[in-house]
Amino acid sequence: MQAGALSNALKKGAIWGFIVLELVFFSVAGEYLSLSDKAFMDLDNMLLLFKQSAPIGIIAMGMTIVMINGNIDLSVGATFAIAAIILLDSMTWPILAGLGDWVIPVSWLLALAAGTALGALNGLIVWKTGVDAFIVTLGSMLGYRGIVFMFNGENPTSHLNWTLVDFAEAQVLGLHTATWFLLGVTLAIWYLMTRTVHGRNAYAIGDNREAAVNAGIRVGPHMMVNFMIIGFLAALSAVVFYSESGSVNPNDGQLYELWVITAVVLGGTKITGGAGNIVGTFGGVLAIQLLRKGLGHIGADTSTVNLVIGLILIAVLILDRQLNVKGKEALKT
Amino acid sequence: MTALSRERIGTLLARQGILIAFAIFIIAFTLANPKFLTVDNVFSVIRSSAILGVMALGVTFVVISGNLDLSVGSMMSFSTIVVLDLHDKIGPLLAIPAMFAMTLALGALIGLLVGYLKLNSLIVTLGMLSAIHGLTLTYSGGKNMDIADKEGTWFSVFGQGTALGVPVPILMFLALAALLGIVLAKTPFGRKVYAVGGNGTAATFAGIRRARTVFTCYLISAGCVATAGLIQASRSLGSQNTVGQGLELEVLAAVILGGASLMGGSGTVFKTVIGVLILGFIQNGLLLMGLQFYVQFVVTWIIIILAVWLDIAAKRGRLWSPIA
Repeated sequence: MQAGALSNALKKGAIWGFIVLELVFFSVAGEYLSLSDKAFMDLDNMLLLFKQSAPIGIIAMGMTIVMINGNIDLSVGATFAIAAIILLDSMTWPILAGLGDWVIPVSWLLALAAGTALGALNGLIVWKTGVDAFIVTLGSMLGYRGIVFMFNGENPTSHLNWTLVDFAEAQVLGLHTATWFLLGVTLAIWYLMTRTVHGRNAYAIGDNREAAVNAGIRVGPHMMVNFMIIGFLAALSAVVFYSESGSVNPNDGQLYELWVITAVVLGGTKITGGAGNIVGTFGGVLAIQLLRKGLGHIGADTSTVNLVIGLILIAVLILDRQLNVKGKEALKT
Repeated sequence: MTALSRERIGTLLARQGILIAFAIFIIAFTLANPKFLTVDNVFSVIRSSAILGVMALGVTFVVISGNLDLSVGSMMSFSTIVVLDLHDKIGPLLAIPAMFAMTLALGALIGLLVGYLKLNSLIVTLGMLSAIHGLTLTYSGGKNMDIADKEGTWFSVFGQGTALGVPVPILMFLALAALLGIVLAKTPFGRKVYAVGGNGTAATFAGIRRARTVFTCYLISAGCVATAGLIQASRSLGSQNTVGQGLELEVLAAVILGGASLMGGSGTVFKTVIGVLILGFIQNGLLLMGLQFYVQFVVTWIIIILAVWLDIAAKRGRLWSPIA
């Protein structure tokens, strides 16, 4: 029993141990390899790290719920792009022209509503047809991307609103706006998953759907709500990111689903559902961003980042399996 | 009586729905544009689907064995870049087997991880997608690969040549489909693939070596990917590092459209070929109608959902899911 608890503690702590390892490694290696004089553990650098983690991190929180629930969402990248286009495009609509800067909250709401609606559509299809979420969202990943292209063909959609840029670039208590959004979302979803009935049901359904049905949980609507949450968060991620950048390409957000799933799995969430936690995902997001930044710091290019992240993902899987096997053996004796 | 005939229609739809849908598409597009069903156009559709198709053949084995392969796209980029690079260094005659060996080694690695170590195939191949992409970029230094002497090499025969009036990529696709179709349907190995995907535990108790079967499926998939890379390299004689990016999902869409279940245990090579052709003809038909390429994304979305939905609806005997 104690060995089981130990392996659990090991698993929960693993991601943070990994982050510390990364920090030490890049700080030391940076002394010798880095081209810049700045230390890796610089405060500004770390604050920037949080800010750059926000787009992937915000979506990853939604993906954690969906994966704990036993589903998956591959369409988040396309939803992200649609929300971004609606955000920027709607600010130029003649109907909203008279609003002045009040157009900003309206555009935000429109973008967020669109993301939620797209998530709801995914959830509704999963619920009503019984088709596996992997297939449903694989399809909508294509379909939503098609919708993205319908707005403006292959041209970028651009609109810079300086009030919005100022807001996005602001720093409150030293943290950037995007960081605050990431922290807020993390806290809200953590509360949802650990302190509410909805969160407990998510674990129950992911662990054993049949048992959850027998226990009287309405599985269909529950899953749909989770898809709406991830759609909303994908849109929120776009809102935070594009408020600052002001220009969106129709291919933006591609491969986001892969980054997000990698972060969530690194954070210890089971792809088969029923297990996982928000704090772990937060660690996974930071670990990935640290890796990208750190490798850049010591002069490695993107190819190495891809290689290393892929290998780490597989290594984590092997490690996780070994720990699980050990835990089971401990129970037997 | 009516119940019986309704049941029969249901079974018919479940078994042959994809063929019926295919026929309807062909008829509709031909009515809309007479150019659609000409030999030239049909050849051009199949030729442009050949690369996707060859990859889908291998993924069919993996999916039937109850696993996924998301790494085929970046693996195809890898083999394309490698064969183009080696072409100028050691000559095409040696470059092709060398490229096949390297691609098969990657397939063997995945097979080892998923088959023998029993790791989740979705995550393993997701990791490999990223890792192989990094490997390709490291290999090429991020630069495009080009063959120096594009006119004088016989290497272009795989992508651009014709034999008996039929383009070589089509012949390779069909020959490989026939070969793998026989392997899957008529050999003991094929039956093991279905058994492992249908019920892994039962297969193990029946004395089937599950790990080895899964391992072989990934080898077959890698072999198909190498062939696709060969066709791609030979067709363009030069390539970017990202030539196969995103193909893994199109391939999977074709396999699913062909009726293979992601739970494993069902699907055939023939139906996958139909799935590939449907995607190809839809793309072509919509382009001939003057619609933009992205309309095809939306249509593919609707078709995938409908195809899978009808398939499982026929199996469970009711249209709407019983989920509360």
